[in-house]
Amino acid sequence: MQAIAVRDVEKVFQLRHDRSLKELAVARLRGRPSGDSFSALGGVSLDVQQGESLALLGFNGSGKSTLLKLISGVMQPDRGSIGVRGRIAGLIEVGAGFHPDLTGRENVYLNAAILGMDAATTRARFDDIVAFSEIERFIDTEVKYYSSGMFLRLAFAVAVHTDPEVFLVDEILAVGDEPFQAKCLARIRALHAEGRTLVIVSHDLDTMAKLCERGVVLDHGRLVLDGTAQEAVRHLRA
Amino acid sequence: MSGTTDAGLVAPGRGAGLLDVVRQRYLLRLVVRKELRVRYRGSVLGLAWSYVRPAVQFAVFYFALGEFLQQRNTLPPFALYLFSGIVVINLFSEGFANATRAVTGNAPLVKKIYLPRELFPVSSIWVALVHFFPQLVVLLVAAVALGWRPTLLEVAVAVLGALVVLTLSLGLGLLFGALNVAYRDLENIVDLIVMVAVWFSPVLYPWTLVRDSLGEGTVLLWLYQHNPLTIAVELFHRAFWWPVQTAPPEAWQIPDRLVVNGVLALLFSLAVLALGQLVFRRLEGRFAQEL
Repeated sequence: MQAIAVRDVEKVFQLRHDRSLKELAVARLRGRPSGDSFSALGGVSLDVQQGESLALLGFNGSGKSTLLKLISGVMQPDRGSIGVRGRIAGLIEVGAGFHPDLTGRENVYLNAAILGMDAATTRARFDDIVAFSEIERFIDTEVKYYSSGMFLRLAFAVAVHTDPEVFLVDEILAVGDEPFQAKCLARIRALHAEGRTLVIVSHDLDTMAKLCERGVVLDHGRLVLDGTAQEAVRHLRA
Repeated sequence: MSGTTDAGLVAPGRGAGLLDVVRQRYLLRLVVRKELRVRYRGSVLGLAWSYVRPAVQFAVFYFALGEFLQQRNTLPPFALYLFSGIVVINLFSEGFANATRAVTGNAPLVKKIYLPRELFPVSSIWVALVHFFPQLVVLLVAAVALGWRPTLLEVAVAVLGALVVLTLSLGLGLLFGALNVAYRDLENIVDLIVMVAVWFSPVLYPWTLVRDSLGEGTVLLWLYQHNPLTIAVELFHRAFWWPVQTAPPEAWQIPDRLVVNGVLALLFSLAVLALGQLVFRRLEGRFAQEL
């Protein structure tokens, strides 16, 4: 059974240059379009089965993040359709829901709620989250005083302790120092072993080849390869 | 893709709008708490500021209008008349202005995680309600001190007035907040509306002055009287000031059909809310890329 079905999805961005009334009026008078369009995705179809781990690869500007945002529902496709089964958590830039003026503890609760956890579940997992992040001493300090590593560790800890069926992960494997990275990867493998679906975007090709079974390569908004993760990595390096 | 079935798949990012916010009350509560924490960060007085601000505003109006401009004898007790109107306008102004900025103000979240986006304007209205409460406390204390003993009618009339304002500010907040994503001019327009609102409703003067100035039966007077804010303000006057007032009958009368107009204003505000929700949903799909 598939967890994600992407059907002929297109996404075009309008790049608006002119914002002020004067600029808009001048553009209209000269018959010049007030912006360019840029096609981020042009007709992508993709099925992800439940329990699969998919590496979404491609160079900058290939449309990986756009596809992830469409799957998470943050953006809507211009054409085509997207369907998902089960609850989705987008770890699209961890810490997006963090507020610098709240303490670590408050941010854990707020971010867990944003990612769909209720109060009781958050309370039950709170100690695990803090232990995972290894910042016990600073949990009641405002997040603005955290180092960037501490911030990312806490944000990542919250994200991997929610329990959605589908995880969308965007470039978060570069979190913290090496031991912590190893811990993150172990956690992601554990999530996968529990039968959750993973879609991961990263430029860390070696890690992706080890972590994922399947690999998909996007190039300028088109799907150019769908095979194993190793094949996808080899294609990109060719 | 043949052989695969799409049954049971749901399109992401298409929620049920305001209904989703009702379902996610826990998240709403946390977002409201965040807003309040952030508003009063690093401040010693904290939420007590929500008492200080209206009190100072009230004192300025009271001395400038009541004493310097000699208005205190027109609508005694003038202090209570002013205050019962000002709290209505404060609730509207704060709710409307902040709801308009709610989506743009939460851009990092809107761009990266899917949540029912109505959550942000609704939380702004909720925060305005939290700030309304201390003002209401001050109003009640003042009214009771002046001999106010409410009946069920006074309570019902006040609740009706508050409902009109809350519904209207949420509806307008959704409408302007959605448009504000593409055109930031809207928040300036909203500031203008809020600035003007206090003068186009009978907060600082009796409505009878407007009647005498515009003339009975004119369109302008009809519009003034059917402004939902005018009605809400008069509902509050009726609830908190009328029972203890000692103004001469020629200076102030309860506007005709006040309660009927109150119900109509609530229906009108619900229509604005429906329109706001409709426009919000229509534009919501583009929020993430416009921000």
